[in-house]
Amino acid sequence: MTATLTTAVAPPQTTKAGPGPARRRMRSFYPAWFFIPAIALYVVFFAVPTFAGFYFSLTRWTLFDQTFIGFDNFVRFFQDPQLVSGFVHTFEYGFVTSAAKVVLGLALALLLTSPVLGRGYLRAVVFFPVLVSTIGIGITFKALMDPFHGIINGALGAVGLPTLGWLTDPALALWSVAAVDVWKGVGIATLIFIAGIVAIPQEYFEAARVDGASAWTIFKNITLPLSRPAMGTVIILSLIGGLRSFDLIWAMTGGGPGFTSDVIASVIYKQYQAGFYGLSTAGNVVLFIVVTAIMVPISWLINRKEADL
Amino acid sequence: MSARPLTTRLLAIGGAAVLIGSLAACSSGGSADTGSGGGKVTITYLADNAEATAATAKPLIAAFEKANPDITVKFDTKPQGTDGDNLVKTRLSTGEMADVFNYNSGSLMQALNPDNTLVDLSKESWAKDVDPQFTKVVSTDKGMYGAPFGTSFGGAVLYNKKVYADLGLSVPTTWADFISNSEKIKDAGIAPIIQTYGDTWTSQLFVLGDFANITAQQKNWATQYTKHKESYAEQPALAGFQHLQEGKDKDLYNEDYASATQANGLKMLAEGKGAQYPMLTNAISAIQQDSPDAVNDIGAFALPAENADDTNLTIWEPNGLYIPKTTTGDKLAAAKKFVAFANSSEGCKVQNDTGTPGGPYVISTCTLPDSVPPMIGDLQKYLDDGKASPALEFLSPIKGPNLEKICVQVGSGITNAAKGADQYDDDVVQQAQQLGIKGW
Repeated sequence: MTATLTTAVAPPQTTKAGPGPARRRMRSFYPAWFFIPAIALYVVFFAVPTFAGFYFSLTRWTLFDQTFIGFDNFVRFFQDPQLVSGFVHTFEYGFVTSAAKVVLGLALALLLTSPVLGRGYLRAVVFFPVLVSTIGIGITFKALMDPFHGIINGALGAVGLPTLGWLTDPALALWSVAAVDVWKGVGIATLIFIAGIVAIPQEYFEAARVDGASAWTIFKNITLPLSRPAMGTVIILSLIGGLRSFDLIWAMTGGGPGFTSDVIASVIYKQYQAGFYGLSTAGNVVLFIVVTAIMVPISWLINRKEADL
Repeated sequence: MSARPLTTRLLAIGGAAVLIGSLAACSSGGSADTGSGGGKVTITYLADNAEATAATAKPLIAAFEKANPDITVKFDTKPQGTDGDNLVKTRLSTGEMADVFNYNSGSLMQALNPDNTLVDLSKESWAKDVDPQFTKVVSTDKGMYGAPFGTSFGGAVLYNKKVYADLGLSVPTTWADFISNSEKIKDAGIAPIIQTYGDTWTSQLFVLGDFANITAQQKNWATQYTKHKESYAEQPALAGFQHLQEGKDKDLYNEDYASATQANGLKMLAEGKGAQYPMLTNAISAIQQDSPDAVNDIGAFALPAENADDTNLTIWEPNGLYIPKTTTGDKLAAAKKFVAFANSSEGCKVQNDTGTPGGPYVISTCTLPDSVPPMIGDLQKYLDDGKASPALEFLSPIKGPNLEKICVQVGSGITNAAKGADQYDDDVVQQAQQLGIKGW
């Protein structure tokens, strides 16, 4: 903390400045006291809790007292019988929802940037699920997907299709939740893609048309590569969201039936509920490390491609 | 700039923040006390959010306020199950607990660290009237922390007597009889055994309600279990998991078992669409509320063991009323009055009038009303014959948090009984270590 501040207020060290303008050290326009409120907030609400979290992950903590037990929590956490399946479900859920949001979001964005009837209205409608509370959506879909009284099975049965135990079939529960997650989140992806596509200069399309390019060629050679920054944003946002997703799963299945739709976050939450505070804090530290380990290389890869363009 | 002045300044800011925080705390505390002008005290009573709970709590508060015009009681609710457990622990440890709260006795109460968080009630005037069995499950070596509220109840099979009479069945005393009854019920087109995994906790009855049968076969099982010398992976304890699997294997559960809730299950039972429901007998109060005409059709029998001699009824002690150490002064006096009132003959009358007793009371000042559901008679018979013993949670502090999920897995056919029992044995290790019990 101190180091940052010192750097920020140091006089410009022109002699040590790097060669390119990009590497020149930023000079702060603000005096030291100007930063103190922000630093205080940062320390109280971010730095202290983070380090307290690291500390408590090394203790057996009942909220009433704590005993330092070294890395036992981490050992126990990795021995948790639900942990492996929780990890597998987390990755399946994260990658599948993210991929579906990219594909559907791009398709919807193409539709909604072309001159269709009622475009503004349709854009709003796609975005509406994003505005609704996740828990509300979860409870609603739990009712819709009820195997005996839900509308979805009612509709399937009415047209003679087989009905399914959407949330009660162990093989299906996680994917039903993932489908709802995609429905809820595709609005954000669409919005980002729309912004990306609209930003592509019209001249490229006109030039391509003059050259007689087909629709597919235009999409493949202009729209797709030039909306890659948008795609990067969508992938990163939806993957982070998917990997730490919890609220929708909890509202719809509670991780069940049994443990068949448990993800890391719900395993950790159940440990909190059970009063294993040290253990679940250790779980959060692990989740933090895992998500970082996945996201840093992905983010680096995507940003590098962006620079290549 | 050196580090020192910055640290000092940050400390000063931190100090200011703490000061502001405590001022805010004071002012909020102050506003809560504004009702105390003129000797009036306001206390809060926290209980779970079940409808039947509120149906008793509100009239009880009204009667108490009438008897003590200078005390106002605010009613507050908490979620049921593990969410509620977490809330109680958090509020106790942050010093924000309601002045009186209603919570489980036995292992869950022991997990609250009662010696440090709860007020000792052993010197209260009603304490001598409490059944010693209950006193044991709300006490530590250092004190007694809870007053009983409500009746004790059984973990048993609730059954529809009409269905039994129509099919000419008699109450089973062995597991084989139970299965053969169930097969006959199934042939009659009625769901033989009701399971309701929409409320996951209800899945545990086959395992938890079998515990008196374990005790019947091996008297010191609970003590040995606490010492980590017995496990669910071996008989006699494995039987509960095996029964759960057998019901699924023989297709004896209602078809919507995976999504039905406890309320659905009780309705099926009351309407005779399902015949037998392994359940806590205090669920009778929900039947009383939703299908009052059916209460007299409902009976109960203990979950059967392999041998009739071992078939005993598993008994749960009632919840307790507790006062946290953070309640002091006038509020403490008022809270103690409220707890005493709940266990006075007047308080018992309110409990009898507003709820349906699920079993006998555990305090001598309270007696059951003359007209109780016939189910209570069924339970009383086990008690009179000495064929009843307490549930595991009143004999051992060890209870794994994932039992309900594991039972759902076994009951849904996702895993088998042996695997489920193994998973549960793993699950309790965390709990035992968290409590610092020797041998784990």
